[in-house]
Amino acid sequence: MTIASLDSRTYVDAPSGEGAFIVELSAFSGPLDLLLSLIREEQVDIYDIPIARICEQFVVRIRTLGLNEAAEYLEMAARLLRIKAQMLLPRGAEEAWEDPRAELVRRLLEYQQMREVVDVLERRGEERRNQFARAYLPTAPEPPQAPLALSLAELLSAVDRVLRAAKQPSMHEVVPRTLDVPGAITIIRSVLALRARILWTEIVEHTAEPWQILSTLLGLLELAKLGELRVAQPKPFANVEISRDAASEAA
Amino acid sequence: MTPLAKLLEAALFASARPIATDELAALDGDASPAELQSALDEIREHYDVEGHGVELAEIGGGWQVLTRAEYTEAIERAQLASRPSRLSGAALETLAIIAYRQPISRAEIEEIRGVAVGSVLKSLHERGLIDVVGRAEGLGRPLLYGTTPVFLEHFALRHLEELPRSDELAVALHRPEPVLADAAASDDAQDETGA
Repeated sequence: MTIASLDSRTYVDAPSGEGAFIVELSAFSGPLDLLLSLIREEQVDIYDIPIARICEQFVVRIRTLGLNEAAEYLEMAARLLRIKAQMLLPRGAEEAWEDPRAELVRRLLEYQQMREVVDVLERRGEERRNQFARAYLPTAPEPPQAPLALSLAELLSAVDRVLRAAKQPSMHEVVPRTLDVPGAITIIRSVLALRARILWTEIVEHTAEPWQILSTLLGLLELAKLGELRVAQPKPFANVEISRDAASEAA
Repeated sequence: MTPLAKLLEAALFASARPIATDELAALDGDASPAELQSALDEIREHYDVEGHGVELAEIGGGWQVLTRAEYTEAIERAQLASRPSRLSGAALETLAIIAYRQPISRAEIEEIRGVAVGSVLKSLHERGLIDVVGRAEGLGRPLLYGTTPVFLEHFALRHLEELPRSDELAVALHRPEPVLADAAASDDAQDETGA
């Protein structure tokens, strides 16, 4: 086997689109699980794994299972290939040789130990699952509220108190008030006929109601639009000056 | 039964969760620990010897009355109660690692399992089986996870020590004496050349 078994063909062969990321969850719970099952199937010594054979099997298996797109399996494949390459390097007999498989073996053993614990937990969990506790509930229930200790007279007096506390709603009738713009225009025209220049405060009385103020304002704007007068304000918030339009006067 | 045993039985009947020994002691201030224990033994014997449909179980450092397994099918068929869903293999693996290595970070769990465990941790946390028990000192101060009392209840364990010790497991983490080393090495060499 050569390293080329993990070439681009692997990806081209892989189902794309809909089936691109199917991982057989029920079969293997991870790359270590798959590796362990291969070691069992091949009946090899975990302390002396024939890395080339196992690596080949691993790559074939992840391809047939469609796992070769899952990063974790690919990472393991790459790791196996690296170990295989390290194994092929010539080793000096004199110097201490560190088995490149040592780390992998340690992880496999650790994983295998954990799987043993899983078996224990699975058995215990299944036993417990088959027994119901008192008041089967997913979570502890809230203690129920104590029943009300209340006489009819107390209830009626409570109702009475509530009713008395609730005031009659105060009703307010909204009367629509129409603006009188034509009337305001007449007034402004007549004032301007007497004086060439007046101030806003002079045509709006202190006691004027909102509808009157609005009517005067709209009348002013209307006349300004018609060119009968000019509206000016010397500075912000200053009194507005209203004067006869010189042009219209001339006309 | 003695009055104390009756009192404990009533309390066990009223509670949906295992009752811790000190909580049982609070029921009767005069009862000594020895008296409590003999009352519990009395209840257990009462259920076992006279043949009741329930039994007294010691779980998570407390005591709980549970139905006997042989009646589960019938109870579930009558829809009086239903068994909780089983945990997935991934969830069990993750729990096993946390149970033995707690407090443990996510990265350490992933190192052992060889796969990402983010979503598994989330669902275990939601089921109340694990909890965050602290933060590691290292880079990024990762969260550390540990098992909860609910974990003990789920697996009917009295305490964590009831799980097999790592030296009691069949797989040993230490390397055996290299007796087969030569034979296996030649096998491996053959394999390499044959490939």
